[in-house]
Amino acid sequence: MAKIIEKRILTPVTKLFRIEAPMIATSARPGQFVIVRVREGGERIPLTIADFDAKSGTVTIVVQEVGVTSRLLGALEVGENLLDILGPLGEPAHIPPGGHVIGVGGGFGAAALWCLMKELKARGDKTTIILGARQQDLLILTDELREACDALELCTDDGSVGFKGLVTQRLQQIMDGDGLGKPNHVIAIGPMPMMRAIANTTSGTDIATQVSMDPLMIDGTGMCGCCRVSVGGKTKFACVDGPLFDANLVDFDEAVKRNKIYVKKEKIAAERQQKHLCERTSS
Amino acid sequence: MPAKRITKTPMRTRDAKLRATDFVEVNIGYKAEHAIFEAERCLRCQQPPCTDGCPVHIPIPELLHEVAAGNMEKAVDILRTANPLPAVCGRVCPQEEQCENNCHMAKQYLPVGIGYLERFIADWERSQPKKKKPKPPQRPQKVAVIGAGPAGLVCAGDLARLGYPVTVFEGLHAPGGVLRYGIPEFRLPKDILDWEIELLKDMGVEIVCNVIVGKTFKLDDLFDKMGFSAVFIGTGAGLPSFLGIPGENLNGVYSANEFLTRINLMQSYDFPNTDTPLYVGERVAVIGAGNTAMDSVRSALRMGSKEGMIVYRRTEKEMTARQEEYEHAIEEGIQFRWLTNPIEIIGDEDGWVTGLKCLKMELGEPDASGRARPIAIKGSEFIIPVENVILSIGTSPNPLLVNTTPGLETNNKGCLVLEANKPQTSRKRVYAGGDAVTGAATVILAAGAGKDAATSIHADLMADLAEK
Ligand SMILES: Cc1cc2nc3c(=O)[nH]c(=O)nc-3n(C[C@H](O)[C@H](O)[C@H](O)COP(=O)(O)OP(=O)(O)OC[C@H]3O[C@@H](n4cnc5c(N)ncnc54)[C@H](O)[C@@H]3O)c2cc1C
Ligand SMILES: Cc1cc2nc3c(=O)[nH]c(=O)nc-3n(C[C@H](O)[C@H](O)[C@H](O)COP(=O)(O)OP(=O)(O)OC[C@H]3O[C@@H](n4cnc5c(N)ncnc54)[C@H](O)[C@@H]3O)c2cc1C
Ligand code: SF4
Ligand code: SF4
Ligand code: FES
Repeated sequence: MAKIIEKRILTPVTKLFRIEAPMIATSARPGQFVIVRVREGGERIPLTIADFDAKSGTVTIVVQEVGVTSRLLGALEVGENLLDILGPLGEPAHIPPGGHVIGVGGGFGAAALWCLMKELKARGDKTTIILGARQQDLLILTDELREACDALELCTDDGSVGFKGLVTQRLQQIMDGDGLGKPNHVIAIGPMPMMRAIANTTSGTDIATQVSMDPLMIDGTGMCGCCRVSVGGKTKFACVDGPLFDANLVDFDEAVKRNKIYVKKEKIAAERQQKHLCERTSS
Repeated sequence: MPAKRITKTPMRTRDAKLRATDFVEVNIGYKAEHAIFEAERCLRCQQPPCTDGCPVHIPIPELLHEVAAGNMEKAVDILRTANPLPAVCGRVCPQEEQCENNCHMAKQYLPVGIGYLERFIADWERSQPKKKKPKPPQRPQKVAVIGAGPAGLVCAGDLARLGYPVTVFEGLHAPGGVLRYGIPEFRLPKDILDWEIELLKDMGVEIVCNVIVGKTFKLDDLFDKMGFSAVFIGTGAGLPSFLGIPGENLNGVYSANEFLTRINLMQSYDFPNTDTPLYVGERVAVIGAGNTAMDSVRSALRMGSKEGMIVYRRTEKEMTARQEEYEHAIEEGIQFRWLTNPIEIIGDEDGWVTGLKCLKMELGEPDASGRARPIAIKGSEFIIPVENVILSIGTSPNPLLVNTTPGLETNNKGCLVLEANKPQTSRKRVYAGGDAVTGAATVILAAGAGKDAATSIHADLMADLAEK
């Protein structure tokens, strides 16, 4: 059981939770994730560690509500408990020091960049974050991220704030030399199509590029193989070998297909959840 | 030799057609009169070979004598002293290769049903009100156990009985190891496991789930920061192997571990009442022929597939599954494709499995293991249409703990290496047992190893105290 200390509603479907988990907070490194379970009979879902603080013994996660479990989680309130939380899992990010690192985030990826970029900046790397969303009100954690890096670049599809266009276009501009300085390292975390586009953008250059894969997972400890991704023709388990992998070696086609295995079943579960909610509100 | 009935009292089982659609236990168990009747078949041999065949040396003739006399309570005491997981072992032990294989009666007739009787005694115990036992005085040294499988649980139980404060750290959200996530409900109901674990807790064993040692904290933290005096590693052999054939990452291909974990630990048989889904198609092929393969294919039927088959490149003779499970699988309509070697998994453009491409094999000269080597028959390629392929070709120890712990020696299979004369690893006061040491083996061997380690830990910790 892990108690929720703080909850913030970032967008109508994106919630931030700070959770009491002293052992995890002590061991966590940027790039790692936790697995949580919300109720008896519930799924185990992986969530990136957005921030952690050993002193207060807390970890922060940001959840985007997309299905049954993330919605259940999103509905929890301060003072309530997560049934289970396991972590920190996966390999931390390994980035050689001293360079210019650009973090590209979309969706919950913004949260995943938070503690990573903070740490890179603190150790003296040059840090830039490119954050993208459809429109301004979907950009999350902008204040935190502005502080976590040297330069925060916002991109929106509709131009409601910052650069009008895709994160890849903004990245290309920086790579072409627009004054921010060419990156040595790009790390992209967000929806698969975005990560794939970033991989294409830097491919053929000498910019080391990593993406954070988010396959389906169960145990998160290397026991089931559910999380396997093909990287450079080899099968890797994202939960122990990743989740960060070399962007240019990842088989995105396969990864996209594998994440769709349960779409039909998830619909059944979501419909059932919806029905329960209706029954509860109508009675 | 006194006149004894030559056949074993049969186990009552649920109807094959009916049971193949649900997860209720297949075997029903002996009634008391069956048990007494069967126990009377025992010859009470002087140097009982059955006991020699049991890895934890249960004094079987004494035990069966009490059962035959109807002294179930005494029987429980004898059994518990020797084997801390009798309800589990009575159900899943490969008795036919161990105690029963050695049984004197088996020379001419059928062996005494030792496993069935063990199960009966343990079930009888569960039907009685729990007895509160006084806790022994607590010792000053604390012991940590990593992994709540049979090895870790038994080690913890024995240490608690000796008065050590014991904490078990388990990575998953529920204790039991393979007994929880691997062996299905229809062979080992989870309430039996829960009952056994409650018993351990009553004895003072603390179980902390959701801790993966090596990640949540390091093994050395147990000594340096948390004040434990000894550590037992019972982390099992949970890393699934894949074949490395094309198509293994298609949708619908599972490791047996994933397939069984979804069903057992995550209870996807009750989806959508529970939240974790599982996808099973009409036709399922399971590659391999061990207990795990048998559990997977029989579970697939219960999850709703119409056809389940075992695909194995050797023959029935080399199959490692228990005889009873094999027979039950046949009764349930499982098909067996012997001498069939999968070479590729075929999929459609959306990435879903449509078939399993195989080669026909024939047996050649024996290989290093003494088993006839299967050789491919040229041009014998064919495709079995299936929607699921489940790989059950073995597991090895998870390297996570070793990779994060300096000084833990392993062999070329990733198994922990022990000292010659005791179950200690290459690290002082770090002990190990079960599948983490042997590679995938059996419940009773893991339980036995946990017991031995407890004895060894006790001796070493006593010596440490005396030195101070
Ligand atoms: C290492 C890792 C880190 C992650 N970090 C975060 C995080 O910080 N915040 C966050 O909100 N989510 C994160 N995710 C994704 C998150 O785990 C899933 O969104 C969650 O499991 C969905 O569960 P559900 O029951 O709510 O939805 P489901 O009912 O399981 O799914 C609903 C819909 O979302 C799709 N979906 C499910 N899982 C994924 C996935 N992994 N990738 C893409 N689509 C998916 C399904 O196909 C379906 O269409 C992470 C995943 C991984 C592997
Ligand atoms: C499907 C299946 C069917 C089987 N059928 C039979 C049968 O019929 N008869 C029989 O005798 N045997 C059978 N076996 C084999 C038997 O289950 C195993 O030999 C036995 O469970 C091994 O026990 P163990 O305690 O060594 O490890 P496990 O049971 O594997 O338990 C290890 C535990 O350690 C945990 N762990 C691992 N690493 C860490 C870590 N770093 N930190 C914290 N926790 C950790 C794991 O989560 C797990 O719970 C079967 C196995 C399988 C998979
Ligand atoms: S524990 Fe296993 S081997 Fe020993 S007597 Fe019982 S069934 Fe036989
Ligand atoms: S070998 Fe068979 S007959 Fe002899 S004591 Fe053991 S169970 Fe009884
Ligand atoms: S989630 Fe099970 S092996 Fe990665």
